[in-house]
Amino acid sequence: MIDALKIGMLMFAAAVLQSSVFSGASVLGGTPDVLLVTLVAVALMRGATTGAVAGFFGGLVIDVALLDTLGMTSLLLTLAGYWSGRYGENSASRRRYAPYLAVGVMTVLYLVGALALRFMLAEPAPAREVLVDTLVQSVALNLLLTWPIFALVRRLLPRPTAARLGPEVGALG
Amino acid sequence: MPRHRSARVGTLVPTGRRPVAPAGGTPKTGRPLVRRATVIGLVILSLALLSVYFRESSSGTLHGMQDTGASVIHPFQVAAERVAQPFEDVFGWAGDVLGAESENEKLKQEVERLRQQLVQSQAALLQNERLRRLLRYRAGPAFPRDYNGVAASIIGRTPGQFEQQVLIAAGSNARVHVNDPVVTAAGLVGRVTQVSRRSARVTLLTDETSAVSALDVKTNAAGIVRHGVTGGEALVLDRVAKEDVVEGGDVVITAGWRSGRLASIYPRGIPIGIVTSVGQLDTDIYKRIEVDPFVDFSELDSVLVLVEKPVVASRSRR
Repeated sequence: MIDALKIGMLMFAAAVLQSSVFSGASVLGGTPDVLLVTLVAVALMRGATTGAVAGFFGGLVIDVALLDTLGMTSLLLTLAGYWSGRYGENSASRRRYAPYLAVGVMTVLYLVGALALRFMLAEPAPAREVLVDTLVQSVALNLLLTWPIFALVRRLLPRPTAARLGPEVGALG
Repeated sequence: MPRHRSARVGTLVPTGRRPVAPAGGTPKTGRPLVRRATVIGLVILSLALLSVYFRESSSGTLHGMQDTGASVIHPFQVAAERVAQPFEDVFGWAGDVLGAESENEKLKQEVERLRQQLVQSQAALLQNERLRRLLRYRAGPAFPRDYNGVAASIIGRTPGQFEQQVLIAAGSNARVHVNDPVVTAAGLVGRVTQVSRRSARVTLLTDETSAVSALDVKTNAAGIVRHGVTGGEALVLDRVAKEDVVEGGDVVITAGWRSGRLASIYPRGIPIGIVTSVGQLDTDIYKRIEVDPFVDFSELDSVLVLVEKPVVASRSRR
């Protein structure tokens, strides 16, 4: 319960910071996405279900805060959280570069997904600007944010100990 | 086969039925069925929200809920914006200092030029008012005389790659309406496109969906200002006929047209920008004109929403 509350507050803070501070911080045309990096960190540490729920909540806060179309960011971040979580559960456990790989891939997929969704909803979808002019910069900025945000999230959400995992598992060695 | 292969230090091994990730890995959250049901449920919920939000009017239930939610988040956004402001100022100050000397020289020349223009403009203004009285000329709402300004700080921005929009800390409580023009001391910023009680969304002039009827002050050549094809903050003055005269350095302002009961949402005379290049090809129908906006959209921190004075509003609706 405390864990869920912590994740909720973390996602809320990230969404508020993203909408009021980081969306306007354009560096060489790219925009950092604190909310997405935080979501990937949470999903890698807590799994797919938590990632999906955290993504939905964070997206909803962004949509409400920016008076944007309700459900648009929620949909994209739900999928981003789920896939990041699945990656964490299946193959990211022992790889040191996993957070960077997950953030890089998710940034690209998120931007492509947002572009496709906006195109389908007949909203402005400047493909060249997103995929050619700013994609590399946005990925680079998110990768720069990865280390500090993962360190913060790791501190706030320590991994469950063996005891907390229940009687079905035990540590060897 | 290597010895002690099964005794990996620190490895968690399942003693029951559920598979568990190794130590330091991500714990599996729930059974696969529950996990899939959760994500499918959330995706369906998101799609339902999208669908209903698109279909309903701006007074619908979801819009109302969004309005209430935005009011709750509003104080947090204002607080975050205030905390971040000093850092943004320092970042901006460092950049400004680098080009201060050359900019100082340029501004001194500009002040001299503008001083001369001011004297000419004041004489023209007096003559204009006298002639209007003689002709009993009836004009549309004039800027800034017929408008009240609602000052608002910027508390949010949409992701810049997709939309050029900002969120301001003034809404229907401050009598801000959809389509109200938004300006700064430098010139036109955009228009209000969505309003909640305590905040409003402003679509900037650089957004793909923005278009403003405009005039060249010097030659009266008319066209439409919209976002530039190269992206960024450059604008183009489109639909200017080849025979019209437009030169580099000309100032572009809002046209503020009126045709019967239809009128432009922007009053006449709001400065937009300065013409930087003019070109035309034999195959083009119109001139190719690039405009550098007076407003620095990346440095916006507060704006003025132009709300028509009540007397003028009722007169213009007639």
